[in-house]
Parts: sequence; C-alpha cells; structure tokens
Amino acid sequence: MTDHLLKVSALCKHFGGIVATDHVDLAVEQGQVHAIIGPNGAGKTTLIGQLSGQIKPDSGNIEFGGRSIINHSMARRAREGLARSFQITSVVMPMTLLENVMLAVQGASGHSFRFWSPVSKDQALQDEAMLSLAEVGLDDRARRIAANLSHGEQRQLEVAMALAMKPRMLLLDEPMAGMGKEEGAAMVEILNRLKGGITILLVEHDMDAVFSTADKLSVLVNGHIIATDSVDNIRGNVEVQKAYLGDGHA
Amino acid sequence: MFGLLDSWSARIYALLLLVLAAAPFIFDWIDQPFYLDLLSRGLILAIAVVSLNLILGFGGMVSLGHAAYIGIGAYAVGIPSYYDYYNGWLHLALALAVSAVFALVTGAVSLRTKGVYFIMITMAFGQMMYFTFLSLEEYGADDGLVIYSRSEFPDFISMDSSTGLYYWIFGLLLASLLFVHRLVHARFGRVIVGSRFNEQRMQALGFDTYRYRLACYVISAMMCGVAGMLLGNFTSFISPDMIGWARSGELIFMVIIGGVASFMGPLVGTLVFVILEEALSAITVYWHLIFGIMLVALVLFGKGGIHGWLCLLDRQRSEHD
Repeated sequence: MTDHLLKVSALCKHFGGIVATDHVDLAVEQGQVHAIIGPNGAGKTTLIGQLSGQIKPDSGNIEFGGRSIINHSMARRAREGLARSFQITSVVMPMTLLENVMLAVQGASGHSFRFWSPVSKDQALQDEAMLSLAEVGLDDRARRIAANLSHGEQRQLEVAMALAMKPRMLLLDEPMAGMGKEEGAAMVEILNRLKGGITILLVEHDMDAVFSTADKLSVLVNGHIIATDSVDNIRGNVEVQKAYLGDGHA
Repeated sequence: MFGLLDSWSARIYALLLLVLAAAPFIFDWIDQPFYLDLLSRGLILAIAVVSLNLILGFGGMVSLGHAAYIGIGAYAVGIPSYYDYYNGWLHLALALAVSAVFALVTGAVSLRTKGVYFIMITMAFGQMMYFTFLSLEEYGADDGLVIYSRSEFPDFISMDSSTGLYYWIFGLLLASLLFVHRLVHARFGRVIVGSRFNEQRMQALGFDTYRYRLACYVISAMMCGVAGMLLGNFTSFISPDMIGWARSGELIFMVIIGGVASFMGPLVGTLVFVILEEALSAITVYWHLIFGIMLVALVLFGKGGIHGWLCLLDRQRSEHD
C-alpha cells in the first residue's frame, strides 16, 4: 500500500442538470507530481475548487493526510497544508509582491489577531517571504506593485504565495494559462525544481509541460476520470488520444 | 508617528495637529470662545469618522448605520446620569461594552452579506437603534434627554471646563489616529486590507476572513461609541435625531471629502465639512443646496479627496526637486 497524501472517492457535483464532477476517484502519492489533463469544460477547475474547499461537493469524500477534510472550510484546509493557486490570477493587486507573499507567510504562521507591531519591522516574516520570491525568481522585483507586473510574473507570484504557506501539497490550477513560450519554460523550470520536495496536483493544458514534469497523469473527460497511469502509458493509450489528444499526437 | 516630515502633506498634517493642540489658547487670545465649541464638535465627529474609515476605507465595509454607535455612546452618559451615576469611567466602560455587543450581534449578521446588501442591512440595524431610543419614553423619547452634569473623572482631567473637555477630545482623537495607523500596518490590518481587495485569495491563504472582518467591525464600533460618549458630554443633551441614517450618511461624506483609506483624511474631511456647514448656513438658509453641489463635484472630480490632492502636491514637489 503506497502512501497517499490526497485521496478522493466518489466525488460528485452537479450544477443544475450539468454533471461537472462524476464519481471522481483520485489518489495522489506523497512526493509525486500528479497532473490532471482534459479538454475544456471537463471539470478540472471545478475539481480543484472542491479539493480546496471553495466549492461544496454534492457527495463523495476527500481525505488529506488520512483524515476527511470534506467539511473543512477553504481557510482551514489551507492552514492544514493544502495550498492552491488560481487559474485566473488572484493576488492582492494594489500591494507589492513582498506584501502579497508576506500575507501568505502570515496565513501559515498562526493567527493574525496582532494589532500593534508593524509587519514592515517583522524581519522574520520578510525573510521568509523573500525566500519564496527567490524560489520563483521574483526576489529582484519584491518592491513592485503586483498590478504592474506582466501576466507571466503574476502567475509566478501566484506560485510564490502558495509556496510561502509551506504547504504539504500544492494544487496548481493551470499555472501556465495565457503564458508565452519563454514564460512557460520558466514555469516548467520552477515546477521541476519543486518536484520531489513537495506533492503537487497540477491541472494544465500545456501537454509538453505536463509530459516534462508529471510522474502520473489522470485524464478527465466530462467530469469523469477515464484513465490514470504513468506518463508513458498515457501517451500510448489509444482511448485517451481519441478523447483528448487528437490525431496530431498519435 | 507619521514618519519623518519629508513630504509636504506630512508637514501640513503636523502643522494642523499643532494648531489643534494650541486651539484653546488661540481662541482665548482672539476672544472667540464659540470657535472652540465648533472645533470640539468637529473633533468629536472626527473620531467617529476615523472609526468609520477603518471599516469603510481600509476594510471596504460601507456601513450606513455607524451613527447608531454615536447614539449608544451618548446614551451611555445620559441614562446613568438620569439615575445620578456620574462616574466617567463607568460611562466610558458602558459606551465601549454596549457598542461592542451591539456591533458583535449586528455585524455577525451583516457581514454575511456583501455590497449594497451590506449597506442596507447596516442601515436597517442603525434605524432599529434609532427607533429604540425614539420609543424610550422614560428617557425623553423624541424630546431627548438633558444631561445636567458632565461625566466625572475623579483625580483625572476634568471635563467641566470647555478647555478640559477639549483636551479630552483632542487626546482621544490622537489616540484613535495612532491606533488605526498601527492597526492597519500590523498583521491584523494587512488581513483586513487584503480582504478588501481579494477576499477569496485571503481565504485560500488560510484566513477566516469573516472573523477578522467581524473583529474589525467591533473595534470600529467601540471607537465610535467613545465619540458618542464625548458628544453626550459636549451637547449636554441627547436625542434620537443624532443617530438617524442621514447622520450615518454625513459620516460617509466626511470620509470621502478627506480621502478614503487615508490616515489623516478623516480628520481633515470632518473639519472641512463642519466649517463649510457653519459658514454656508450663515450666508443662506438654502445652504444645503450649495453644499450638495459641492459634494457632487467632489465625488465626480476630486478622486482621493483632500488627502488625494495633498499627495498630488507631494508628487509635483518631488518632481521639481
């Protein structure tokens, strides 16, 4: 029996008559990069939303570290070590990069009912935030306002914030969405650096990125996982190619 | 307190505070005691506006019921005095405690809503408090309640003289300015400000934003309760008129005039509001009309309020250097 950090069983979610998540079973091993691929509208972001606690599933169970977290709020799951990034960039735009990441460090380090000491004089908080910024290569731009960054840099900031929470597991929702080739390559490099140290569930469109980082792949079609296997086996799976990759990849 | 005096806005604010500190002597010297009354009222309202700016400006919680806490504070002086309890510490403790409880209960409900619903529900709770005081026959109902003696602080600064009361007000104003400044830059304040711009992200970072926002709402209400306690002492008379929703609207205007989410803006905005109100009403009985037009112009063209203009001045000056 392998050590599963995240275990999803029979997860279901309907939006009206639309089945967004259809009895999804998923097990992510400790330390692995597990990617979920699937065509547009397959329910990838809805799945991430349910894992992170943003969306309440209709039925099914989610276990994290051996305990059910199905009734835990998004904030509680984050404190328990399940950090996520968003498909549509979600940072505090008017704040600097450093301030954004400091908030993430703050979120992971006990309660914030501290009313008197300024965070700007909290050296430990700043140092930790700078470390996370350095991990994604943004430490030289720490004092810039998030809103003034390029799209690719904002995506990197997303990842830095998730990292700063020192999570046991990262849920990355299309970290390369809308990125150019160069920016995408930089993100793949970041992911490969993180690989092994931290368990990652990666939802991504970019096939090359997925093939070069993931240990394991699950294919999600119409809310249902049709295959879960190693990268090489998925590549050779005829059914998957028909459903998703198209003839070009065959 | 506001960093070094390296910008024009900081120098102007520092000068303003110095003038305010010396105001009783200045008005005494030019023999205009009425101005001290006007200024006392202005600074009391400024404390209320500083507290409102904490939730409205920094927290993005637009409350249209904040005047209720002025009422709670004022009645926390009036009702005990009615029964001959004049101890000021008692009044202050009552103002803080009742404001906190009312804010905790109403905030717990209101903060479940967002946007215009939050505005409406805070207004509804505010009006609830208004009609409660209106129905209290024992305490004067709509005729109001006369306070025959100011709060007593044995072995401490007395409120009995207008100068003594003024320094109480000025001291508490300074304390509230300092408190908000520290709060916003501390961990708690960062969560509040972050939640204003991106609440979902803050939750994904592990913050139960609801709890932080509720705590902020209660803190703001308690500060406003202190303003009410001072107002009760200042006017020596309280009536439900002080706390209707139109009063809450005026508080919002004062925040906007001064500059939303700025530290000194509320003080400047309140002073400008009070002085304009006084000056215009001396010129014409139709002063509301002129005042209204000025406010519309300010909202349309004066983004950032007076604080915003001073920041523009800072930028122009630094470009000249």
